[in-house]
Amino acid sequence: MTDQPPSPALPPRPRVARVVLTGSLRRTLVLQLLVVAAVVALALFIAIRISADKAAEAAQDAVLGAATQSLADGIRAEDSAVDLDLAPITFSMLSAMGEDRVFYRVDFAGQPMTGYVDLPPPPATPGGAPQFYTAPYRDHVLRLAAVTRRMLIDGKTVTALVVLGQTRLGQKAIADSIASRAALLGVGFFILAVPLSLLAARAILGPVGRVTEAVSRRGPHDLRPVNQSVPRELGPLIGALNGFILRLRGALSRTETFIAEAAHHIRTPLSTVRTEAEIALRQSQEEGTRARLRSVIRSVEESSRSAGQLLEHALVLYRTDRVDRAEFDLGALLAAQVQSFHPTADLREIALVYSAPQTPVPVLGDRLMIEAALRNILDNAIKYSPGEAQVEITLTLRDGRAETRVCDRGRGLGGSDLVELSQRFRRGGNVADIVGSGLGLTIVLEVAEASGGSFALSPRDGGGTCALFSLPLR
Amino acid sequence: MRFLLVEDTAELARSVQDLLRLNGHAVDWGATLAEAQDCLAAASYDLILLDIALPDGDGRRFLQGLRRSGQDTPVIMMTARSAVADRVDALDGGADDYLTKPFDLAELEARARAVLRRRGGAAQTVRDFADLTFDPLTATLTVAGEARELRNRELRLFEIFLGAPERIFSKDQLCDRLFSFAETVTDNAIEVYVGRLRRKLDGSRARIETVRGLGYRLTATA
Repeated sequence: MTDQPPSPALPPRPRVARVVLTGSLRRTLVLQLLVVAAVVALALFIAIRISADKAAEAAQDAVLGAATQSLADGIRAEDSAVDLDLAPITFSMLSAMGEDRVFYRVDFAGQPMTGYVDLPPPPATPGGAPQFYTAPYRDHVLRLAAVTRRMLIDGKTVTALVVLGQTRLGQKAIADSIASRAALLGVGFFILAVPLSLLAARAILGPVGRVTEAVSRRGPHDLRPVNQSVPRELGPLIGALNGFILRLRGALSRTETFIAEAAHHIRTPLSTVRTEAEIALRQSQEEGTRARLRSVIRSVEESSRSAGQLLEHALVLYRTDRVDRAEFDLGALLAAQVQSFHPTADLREIALVYSAPQTPVPVLGDRLMIEAALRNILDNAIKYSPGEAQVEITLTLRDGRAETRVCDRGRGLGGSDLVELSQRFRRGGNVADIVGSGLGLTIVLEVAEASGGSFALSPRDGGGTCALFSLPLR
Repeated sequence: MRFLLVEDTAELARSVQDLLRLNGHAVDWGATLAEAQDCLAAASYDLILLDIALPDGDGRRFLQGLRRSGQDTPVIMMTARSAVADRVDALDGGADDYLTKPFDLAELEARARAVLRRRGGAAQTVRDFADLTFDPLTATLTVAGEARELRNRELRLFEIFLGAPERIFSKDQLCDRLFSFAETVTDNAIEVYVGRLRRKLDGSRARIETVRGLGYRLTATA
């Protein structure tokens, strides 16, 4: 785009609407699903990690508690002496947790008696059941259990405190191995979530794609409402689209009615002009006046023909929108059309030679539209034929198609091709002396396209043109 | 031929009547379906020219009524709308043919002739001149019991002469009626057709005479 203003001599070029695309629903959806998956994976990891720690600690506590009890049970009061039995079983029990170091301490009446006397004491005085706590000791963090026992020594009740500590390496190793599995599980979950969210996004956005495809696959004149089944959320969008299509159809139909009315209002006075001019011509002897009247009549024919073909063109466009198909006999239709052109052809002593299969030729299509196309082809052939010539009309069946071939001995295409000639209001370079509107071939081509058929013009050997209008057989 | 013209636009009706009369036809005019009904009750016609949109109803409906009541005069519908659907409606509704306004008088006559020929024709259309008999519907000229078929332009040319025997027609006048205005006609085209017609008249007392500098006329040698 440049900032240059458009040249005033040229009409503004129609611009294709540019849709501003802000973001992508699919990307947003996928990203959101992935964020959710990541959060879930992380939460899973943390939950497993915490419960693994707890479980490992509980396992250590159970062993430690049992060992402490067993150690405390090994203290025997014998009159004035105390006997401490450090049974090996107590310590072998502790080695179940792994290569952990074990520390103990026994106090009597608040006085350290044996073991590691600097082992951290429990935060509160425990009872008969072990009290567990965690405390740092000599570069380690220990898990400790403490119990007290009351015993009689020398007739006095003395409280014995037994503290047993163990490093937490084994517990950590177990927790770590569980955590690394949890991390693996979280990552696996996330990786699995990536394709799943892509699939989910595709499934959710699928109906949007299907509607888009259904609408964009349509022909340029297909204005039927969209009747795709869609999820409830897309309902309002489809409703709005159908409303728009309906308004467009209404506008097209009003245009057709308008053209029909306009044609009527133009043609009636034109008829008077033509007839009056013809009468005046009959009565005039003067050569100049006669030439003028002739040109009046020619112009009237030209305008009335244009009015007719505009109407027919509008009708064809309107009917292609409706797709009003039914099965009918193309042979009968073509025969009736040829029949109705006989008087016109007779006036210039043009012979219409018609040949068709004896059996019906069933085709599926819009009868009125196909009739309009056939009339235009026949009209063209007769119009451009020299007088006293022959126009051959043949209907043949070939490869599942009904081919209508209309061959004249006219002046040919004059070097133009069908693409050029079928443009609206475009006429061949060699037909200036023959009345025409330049819409006839456009109509035929549009009908052929709308009916799944084809139309071609080709030069004929020995001069003239052959028109080939082909329709698929039923 | 005797026509009944049913058309509500007065100017158009008047000029079509004038033109038909110039070609030697008799025309009655009804501006409404009611007037048309009155005309049909009073006279018989070779052909009805019926417009579709009339102030007191639809011409197609009127035609259906006519056909139901046993009135089988040939009908050519005329309309300014020219939609394919209208044409199909008209023909399905019992019309014999269909014309789009504005029409060429020559085409109207050709269609009328085609319709009458299809319908078996009316005997009174056969005309005699000198020692020959002319049937415009079958396009045959009978000279001393021998039937000769005329081609379309010969037929129309002969009709022009037969409409006013002894009258001199200029080349231009003949040209106007024989050729479409959309055609380019060479100067000697009329001479060609007059020549052909003369050959068809060979052996008859009727002959086409050249009036030097003025044109041609149909005359009979005694």
